[in-house]
Amino acid sequence: MEIPKSFLGYKRENGRVGTRNHVIILPVDDISNACAEAVANNIKGTIALPHSYGRLQFGADLDLHFRTMIGTGKNPNVAAVIVIGIEPKWTKKIVDEIAKTGKPVEGFHIERTGDIGTIMKASKKAQEFAMWASEKQREECPLSDLWISVKCGESDTTSGLAANPTVGNLMDKLEPLGVHLCFGETSELTGAEKVCATRGATPEASEKFMKTWSDYNDFILKEATDDLSDSQPTAGNIAGGLTTIEEKAFGNFQKIGNCKFIDVLEPAEEPTKGKGLYFMDTSSAAAECITLQAAAGFNIHLFPTGQGNIVGNPIEPVVKLTANPLTVKGMGEHIDCDVSKILSREMTMSEAGDELIKSMIRVANGRLTCAESLGHKEFVMTKLYRSA
Amino acid sequence: MATDIIIHDEKDNVGVVVIDKIIPKQDCACWIMENDKTIKIQSEDEIQLGHKIAMVDLNEGDTILKYGHDIGKVVKSIKKGEHVHVHNVKTKKW
Repeated sequence: MEIPKSFLGYKRENGRVGTRNHVIILPVDDISNACAEAVANNIKGTIALPHSYGRLQFGADLDLHFRTMIGTGKNPNVAAVIVIGIEPKWTKKIVDEIAKTGKPVEGFHIERTGDIGTIMKASKKAQEFAMWASEKQREECPLSDLWISVKCGESDTTSGLAANPTVGNLMDKLEPLGVHLCFGETSELTGAEKVCATRGATPEASEKFMKTWSDYNDFILKEATDDLSDSQPTAGNIAGGLTTIEEKAFGNFQKIGNCKFIDVLEPAEEPTKGKGLYFMDTSSAAAECITLQAAAGFNIHLFPTGQGNIVGNPIEPVVKLTANPLTVKGMGEHIDCDVSKILSREMTMSEAGDELIKSMIRVANGRLTCAESLGHKEFVMTKLYRSA
Repeated sequence: MATDIIIHDEKDNVGVVVIDKIIPKQDCACWIMENDKTIKIQSEDEIQLGHKIAMVDLNEGDTILKYGHDIGKVVKSIKKGEHVHVHNVKTKKW
């Protein structure tokens, strides 16, 4: 197959390109959710991103909170942003950083005004933003404007046999075209960590990966009360035939094909070393991982599943594929790309990779994903430790 | 003949069932992805789609190889053709 050279995206003020054109209402903290949701309810064409945190966090945990908030606002899939927080200072900090992209952004704080007054003011601005954004048109953009993140979930042995290597095949074909790529799931590389480390493009990248994995593994060992066999692999993984974390890890690792990673990113950190594959330190929980990757600026996500994970994200479209014929049959409304014919050997890996490229480009051009059409918009902040 | 079992790597001592299920004494065709070879095995157990079959006799303490790599240890001996899963294999990690 000849790989298409372009897709239809939304060009943003800072040169990045979006596959979506969202106007988001972003609460700084948990207690501002009600206000944000009321504004999104008032003004059609906007979406609120409620979440559970943002109060009394400190240190690295607070830094990660801000990085996730700011990165979500900066993501090119977002046309404009309303930020609502209880206090002015943290609200302004987020607004000021998002404003550096050049996109419309305005902040509102609730203290001294109350919910109702804030909802009125923020709704007026949100209406202005939504109507402005509705006139934006898709334009032809080079494929290199795609920033593709990947994560697998509810994996089974068909993931490692077929769906994950399909993503790897796509990476091998698209990496030379200058796309950005990102994989994560630090804990789910356990057992395959030494093999993964050999895929660093430089000795520094390999060392950084091993340090990141070791720190995460030390944390798991410190907190673990048993052998983790109730969590990793999950009951779904085990039902699907996966026996150990090592088996799951080698399956997971198939997603990067033959690519080498050029750098290791902190959670939600924007890559700055140009095109190519990055590893991000993330949890292996689907919604947490995708939320972090979206906050780092990735604009389309590929999600291979075995038993049928149903996750979506409010700003980054999640394209799902599976090789498990039972999942296609039982929950086809969640599957954007069916590669189950790999198992019956009626489809080669390269044909599957081509099918995934086609599915992904259709979604990049605007086709709704299954998760979008079903209303999945899981926005889940990663919290590193208890608040003060 | 259709493929009943797929094996990732020549070195692997387990394969994955890729049809709805295999039944005891079924003669199964196995395809090795790495080198495109086809081999045969007779199953001892009923094994569901996605679950693993032992390609050789395995003793307690042996290492399970899949993708050509170590994915855990045998904790209860397994005969060629039997189901390999959490009842007879454990992680070497956590």
